[in-house]
Amino acid sequence: MSSHASQHGPQIAPVLAPGHSFESVTADIADIVLDRKQGKNWWVGFGIGLVLLNVLMMAVTYLLVKGTGIWGINNPVGWAFAIINFVWWIGIGHAGTLISAILLLLNQDWRTSINRFAEAMTLFAVACAGMFPILHTGRPWLAFWLFPFPNSMEMWPNFRSPLVWDVFAVSTYATVSALFWFVGLVPDFATLRDRATSKVQQTVYGVLALGWRGSARHWDRYETAYLLLAGLSTPLVVSVHSVVSFDFAIAVIPGWHATIFPPYFVAGAVYAGFAMVLTIAIPLRVAYGIKDYITDRHLDLMARVMLATGLFVSYGYATEAFMAWFSANVYEIFMMENRMWGPSSWSYWALIACNGLAIQPLWSQKVRSSPIALFIICMFVNVGMWLERFVIVATSLQHDFMPSAWGMYYPTIWDILTFIGTIGLFVTLLFLFIRFLPMISIFEMRTLVPEAKSKEGGHH
Amino acid sequence: MIAQSQPLYGVMAEFKTPDDYVSALRKIRAAGYTCFDGYSPLPVHGASEAMGIEGNPVSLMVLIGGILGGLGGFSLATWVSIVAYPVNIGGRPLFSWQAFIPPVFETTILLAALTAVFGMFAINGLPLHYHPVFNVPAFARASVDRFFVCIEATDPKFDLATAKSFLTGLGSTEVSEVKS
Repeated sequence: MSSHASQHGPQIAPVLAPGHSFESVTADIADIVLDRKQGKNWWVGFGIGLVLLNVLMMAVTYLLVKGTGIWGINNPVGWAFAIINFVWWIGIGHAGTLISAILLLLNQDWRTSINRFAEAMTLFAVACAGMFPILHTGRPWLAFWLFPFPNSMEMWPNFRSPLVWDVFAVSTYATVSALFWFVGLVPDFATLRDRATSKVQQTVYGVLALGWRGSARHWDRYETAYLLLAGLSTPLVVSVHSVVSFDFAIAVIPGWHATIFPPYFVAGAVYAGFAMVLTIAIPLRVAYGIKDYITDRHLDLMARVMLATGLFVSYGYATEAFMAWFSANVYEIFMMENRMWGPSSWSYWALIACNGLAIQPLWSQKVRSSPIALFIICMFVNVGMWLERFVIVATSLQHDFMPSAWGMYYPTIWDILTFIGTIGLFVTLLFLFIRFLPMISIFEMRTLVPEAKSKEGGHH
Repeated sequence: MIAQSQPLYGVMAEFKTPDDYVSALRKIRAAGYTCFDGYSPLPVHGASEAMGIEGNPVSLMVLIGGILGGLGGFSLATWVSIVAYPVNIGGRPLFSWQAFIPPVFETTILLAALTAVFGMFAINGLPLHYHPVFNVPAFARASVDRFFVCIEATDPKFDLATAKSFLTGLGSTEVSEVKS
C-alpha cells in the first residue's frame, strides 16, 4: 500500500488537492489560528456552545445540591440517562482513535487531514462521557474512591467487577488519547511558534513546542514513539468499548447477558464516531475553505466506513433477536417481544429506522458525494446510536424477570438538561480548539506534498 | 570582529529539497564528521540512515514500560484480592486471575504509552528552553519549508574555514555560522 492512490484509476481523487507546496499547506492551516479574525459563524457557534455549557453547570449544580433524586431513575431502572449518555459519548470518541491509530498502521494516507480534529473530538467526547458515571455515583466528590489507593477505611476496589474494569479502561483511554494528541501537536506548535508575530502567541506556542527544532535524531525517535503509540492505541480502543459492553454483558439481565456484545459495541462505537466526524467535517470544510484538505474523497471514504459498521450493527440487532428465540428461554423471548411490542417499542423501531434503514442510501455513489445528504444521514445515525443505548439500558431494566418488580422509566427535565449541557461542553471545546490549535496536522500534510517524495528513500 | 570572539556552536547550511538534504547528510558523514545534525520540517525518510543512526532505544523502553505496567497491575490486583481485601463469595477462589485480565491489560497499555511519550521526549532532551540553532534567523523556516544541516564545533575534525567551504561545495543555498 503506498500513497499513490491515483494509480488505481483516474476516477479516484487525490487526498490533497494538486498544486500545494510545503509553504502553502503551512500557511493555509497555521494562519487560521495565527492571523485570521474569526468570523460571525465562529462567534455564533461558540456562543451556542457557551449557552448550553451554562445549562450543564446549572443542571450539575442542582444535582449536587439535591442528589440523583432529581433524575428519573428509580427501582428497577437505576441506570438510565447517565449510562446511556456515557456509552453514547464514549462510542463517539472511538472514531478519533480509529482514524489516528488504526488507519496510520494501515498506511491510509487519507487519515492525515482528518486525524487531528478527530482526535480532538475523541478527547472532548471522553470528557463528556467521563462526567456521567461520576455524577451517577451520587457523591461525585468521592469519585477518587474508584481508584486503588491506601486509605484509612482500608477499602480496596473489587478487581472482579466490570465497573472497576471500566474505571481502568476509560481513564487509560483518556490519558493515552491526550498523550497521542499532544505528541502529534508538538511539531505543529513549533511551526506556530516560528510563524507567530505577537509576543503572546510566541510565548504560549513556544512553551507548548517544548523547544522542538526538527532535529533528524529527534524525528527518528519521534516516529518510533508515534508508531508505537498507534500500535498501543489500537488494541486499547477495542478494549475500551469491550469493557463498556462488559458492564452489561457480565450482568444476568435479559437483553444484556449476550456474548455478541463486545464486537457489536465496538462496531457501534466506530459507526457513531464516523457519523460525528462527518457531522463536524462537513460544515467545517465549508466554513474555513479547507476543501483542498478535507476533500470529497474523504467524505466518500468515511461514508463507506459508516455503511460497513452500520451493517455490523444491524447484524448485531438481528443476532440479538435470533439468540432470544434460539435460547428458548422464556425471559429472553419476553425481552425481545417487550422491546418490539412493549410500552417502549417506539424506541426500538425508531432505532431500526435510524441505524438500519437510514444508511441504506449510502450504497449509492451519488449520495456519498453529496455533503448535504451525508449530513442528514449522519444526524439519523447520531440519534440512532443514542436510541440503541436507550433500548439496551432502559427496556431491559423496565421489564426483567418478575412482573411484580417491573417499572417504567421517564426522564425528568434535569436528565434532559444534563445531556444537552454536555453537548454544550463538547461544542464549546470544539470551537476553542478550532480557534487556538491547528485543526489539521501541518507536518503530516507536508509529507503528502509532491516535493516531499524523496527520490532516494521514498516516503513511507 | 566581535563575532569571532563569541563561542561558536557550528556551521549551518540550508537546502531546499529533502533529496539535497539527505545527500548532504550522507556526504558530511562520508567526510568523517561525527558531531552534526540535520533539521527538517517533516520526518525525512533516509535522513537517519544517511547520518549513520542505527535504531533507537524507544522500542525497548516501551517494551520494558509495558512489561512493568502489566506486572505491576497484576501484582496489585492479586495483592488486593488475596491479602488486602479478600472477599469470600460462595467459596470461590480468591486468586481469580482471569477476571484481572481487563484491568491488567489497561495498566500495561498505560505504562507503555507513558514510557513512549515521556521516554521519547527525555532522550531527545526536551523540553529545552534554549538552543543555539535558533540564533540563525533563517532557521525559522526549519519548521516550514527549509532543510538544514549543522556541523558542530565540538567535532574533533572541525575547522571553521574548511567546514564552510565544504558545505558550500554541497550545493547549499546559504551557509552561516551558528553562535552558541
